[in-house]
Order: sequence, then C-alpha cells, then structure tokens
Amino acid sequence: MNPALVISKREIRTYFNSPVAYIVVTVFTIVFGFFFFNNLFVEKQADMRSFFSLAPLMFCFFAPAVTMRLLAEEKGSGTIELLITMPVRDWEVVLGKWLAAMALLCTTLALTMVFAITVAQLGPLDKGPAVAGYVGLLLMGGSYIAIGVMASSFTRNQVVSLIIAFGICFALFLFGKVLPFIPDTFKPIVSFLSTDTHFENVSRGVIDSRDVVYYLSVIVVSLLLATTSLESRKWK
Amino acid sequence: MSDLMIRVESLTKDYGPFRAVDKVTFNVRKGEVLGFLGPNGAGKSTTMKMLTCYLAPTSGRATVAGHDVYEDSLAVRKRLGYLPEDTPLYRDMTVLEYLQFAAEMRQMDPSKSPARIKEVGGRCGLTDVAGKLVGELSKGFRQRLGLAQAILHDPDILVLDEPTSGLDPNQIVEIRRLIKELGQEKTVILSTHILPEVQATCTRILIISGGKLVADDTPEALRAREKGSRYRLVVESNGVPKEAIREKLATISGVANCQTIATEAGALAFALDGGGTADLRRHIFRAAVDNHWPLLELVRESVSLEEVFRNLTTRDDDRPEEARP
Repeated sequence: MNPALVISKREIRTYFNSPVAYIVVTVFTIVFGFFFFNNLFVEKQADMRSFFSLAPLMFCFFAPAVTMRLLAEEKGSGTIELLITMPVRDWEVVLGKWLAAMALLCTTLALTMVFAITVAQLGPLDKGPAVAGYVGLLLMGGSYIAIGVMASSFTRNQVVSLIIAFGICFALFLFGKVLPFIPDTFKPIVSFLSTDTHFENVSRGVIDSRDVVYYLSVIVVSLLLATTSLESRKWK
Repeated sequence: MSDLMIRVESLTKDYGPFRAVDKVTFNVRKGEVLGFLGPNGAGKSTTMKMLTCYLAPTSGRATVAGHDVYEDSLAVRKRLGYLPEDTPLYRDMTVLEYLQFAAEMRQMDPSKSPARIKEVGGRCGLTDVAGKLVGELSKGFRQRLGLAQAILHDPDILVLDEPTSGLDPNQIVEIRRLIKELGQEKTVILSTHILPEVQATCTRILIISGGKLVADDTPEALRAREKGSRYRLVVESNGVPKEAIREKLATISGVANCQTIATEAGALAFALDGGGTADLRRHIFRAAVDNHWPLLELVRESVSLEEVFRNLTTRDDDRPEEARP
C-alpha cells in the first residue's frame, strides 16, 4: 500500500474513533436538513436547488473544522517528526491527509442523499442537476479541504489553522456574493476566483471544463503549498 | 561498501543567527554503539535530526549507509530506525495498531509483519499492553513502544534520542540491556546526558558542547585522559585538631590538594587529589600509622567520566559564543 493510503487509513480511523466524525457529520446533516426542508415546504417545489445553494456556505465551516488538526496537531505534539522520518515523501503525507478528510466529506454527502431520495419520492427528481450537483460538491469540498490542509500545515495551533482556513474559504465564497459592488475591470478576475460562481454553473447541471479546471487548480495549488510548507523545515 | 555506516563531515546547522551544530565530523562503524554526550542544548538532538533526514544541514554532509541524508533521504530513512526525544506517538491508537501502522508505513510484507510485530513486541515487553491505548501507557511503556517501532523493520542503524529519559531505575536497566543486545547486530547512536548510561552501554563516546565536538574516544581512553586520582579517607581524630591533620596529609609527596569534607562524632573525612598516576594509598596509610590516627576508611577513586565530561564541557562554555549571522 502506498504510504499516502496508509496515512489516510490512519486518519480515517482517528476520525471515527473519536467523536469528531460523528459530531461534525451529525451537525452538518441536521443544519443542512433544517434549511433544506424549510425551503422545500415554503417553495413547495421538489428539487435539490435549495440544498445546493446552501452547500458553498456550509462547506466554509465544514472543511476547516475537519482539517484543522490534520497537520497542526502532528506539529504541535511532535508526532510529525516520527512520521516524516519514516520512508515517506512529504507530498504523500499531505495527500494522505487530504484523502482522509475527503472520505469524511463523502460520508457526509452520502448521508445527504436522503434529501435526494425524499425529493424523488415527492415528485420526479431532475437527475441531471442532482448528479452534477454532487460532482460539484465533491470538487468544491475538495478545494476547501485542500485549503484547510494547507492552513493546517502553516501552524502548530489548531485554532489558528481553523481561522486561516475559514478566512480563505469564506473570502472565496464571498467573492461571488460581492460581485455587483466590484468595479467592472476587476469583475472577471473576482468572478473567476469565486468558488460560488463556478459552483452555480455545476449545480445547474452543466459540468464545464473551466469549472473543473478551476477546482482542480485550487486543490493542486493548495496541496503543493502545504507540501512546501512541510518541506520548509529542510530549508538551509 | 566498507563497514563505515555513518560518515559525517563538517556538519553544520544554523537556526537563524544561532549555530546549533558547528562543523561536526565523525564516523561510525558497523556494530558500534556510539554514545552522544553533551549538556542540554549542546546540539545532540539537532545532529540526530539531520542524520534521520528531519532537518537539512546548513553546510557539510552526512551519509548513512552510503546514502546522502539530503540527496537520497528516502534510502536513508528506509535503513534507519529512529526514536525521537520525548517519544511522540499517536495517543489515540492502541499499541498493536501503532505497530501495524509502522509496519505498513515501512512497506513490510503483510504476510510476515504480524509475526514480526509479535516478536518485536515480545522483545520489548509489550505483549501485555498490546490492546491498550498509547495515551494511557506509562512513560516506560511508551518508551518501549518507541523502541519497538524503531527496530520493527530490522534496520541496520538505530538512532535513539535520550532513550532512557523519564524512566524508573528498573526500566532504565531493562532498556539498556535491550540496547546492548541490539548493539551486537546493529549500529546504534544514542544521545544522553546521563553518564553512567554511556559507560554501561556504549563502545565509543562523542562529547559535544556548544555545537562543537570536543571528544571522540572510547570510555576507557577518555578516562585515562584525565591524569591522577582521588583518595577519600576517614580517620578518628582523638582530639587532634583537623587543621593539623590536614596539613600533615598535604605534605605527603604526590598530594596536590587536600580538603576536609566532613566531620562527625570524632571522625574526620578528607579528600586528597593525587596529581600523578602513582598510587598514594601506601603513603597515606604510612602517614596515618606514623601519626597514630586510627584509619577508618581509605578509598582510591579513579577519575570518573563525570569529571572528564565536566572538564570538557565547561572549558568550552568559557569560550565566547560563536554566533554568526
């Protein structure tokens, strides 16, 4: 087994051996469920749109919460030293951590499938946007989690890591919301940087390569920065 | 490849303007148990961190089993077992889970690792606590687990940073025995600031102070370096003033220094420093008989490693700190 997978296996076990996974997953499904059914009954429309429109904001809280300890705790308690002196490359450590948080995200998303099932019971479910929406959620969640892993690699303090990650995620989310107030010259850039804009496309059922490239770039760049930050101990 | 397992050439590490390790050079041959000695903050751990590829040297180079620690660190790490200072282990895993994790990280053959884990666990005395959480273990067991994970993949080289710190005397004896055993087949570097430890386990001693290597020798040779010996004697005073006795003792040829160290109920204890290598016990006894002091005790103490250590490391502290930007 690749060391990255060994590390993610260990992290997943840690998530589910401690209350972290259960608390986070429960809280998020409850909050999601509340807003989702609220909208469902008000609008009396059996679709997933309200769920998907909530997700970008919810993930701003979810991702930092599940990623804050990944590297910061190892740095704080010194276990990183033992981990990194095993025959493992730095990027494998980072990737393993990211994969573990992704597994938790997938668990949460799997539980939200009950919304899709509910909608399908109430009326015909528009499958295209639903499937695309979930793909979009995975991409967006992956980006936020990558940002969280990166923030966690910057510090040995979990609270600091949480705040950095939340700041970045929330800024990227906000870019999409403040668009009307931005001067026209900067609009394309701000709109491009916003996770929200890209997610709107995806949740409408359109999987555009530009959006996929955007999310993948955020993931790759964040994980590379996390690796660099881990490697910085070796700077001469 | 020769039997040189570790080769360190003018290894230097700067933390900002502070030079933690300053041009340290040494070699370690196969089968040696090398004791790395020095006061706290002398650069022992930093040197070990460079050897285990956790930190990169600022300048100089180190090769482990023929592989450079910076260029070829993965190959180095495969052949190393490392026990960091304070044994940082994941507290939320059980002992068995931790060893399984280590085995997987080391890419051990899954069909053979359970047997190996069992063997190593038995050797380190972990069998009874296999199901316990690491966070609930006592310091002694944690240390043993740290050692177990270091030797799990049967590495050629073991780097142990203060393997016996925080253990009770029984555990210390046990760990030392284990290290000695391991030293017969492996190359071991261990750091400590406890002197009896190196005497008990090491075949060679490096003393480092202020980042610099100040001695590199066998324990015997190091002791022989410091000339002279010390005598401790207790005599019954029978009313003779202690000053008179002290003066008489100081006149014995070969005695460089004489001090009163204790007085109690008519008995006086003195410490004599013999400058040369000659045995002065005969002369001291003669002096006692001639002066009619009943001799209660006479012991010759050879210079301990402690004194060698103190001399080498304090001499160094007087030197102005060489901090470079």
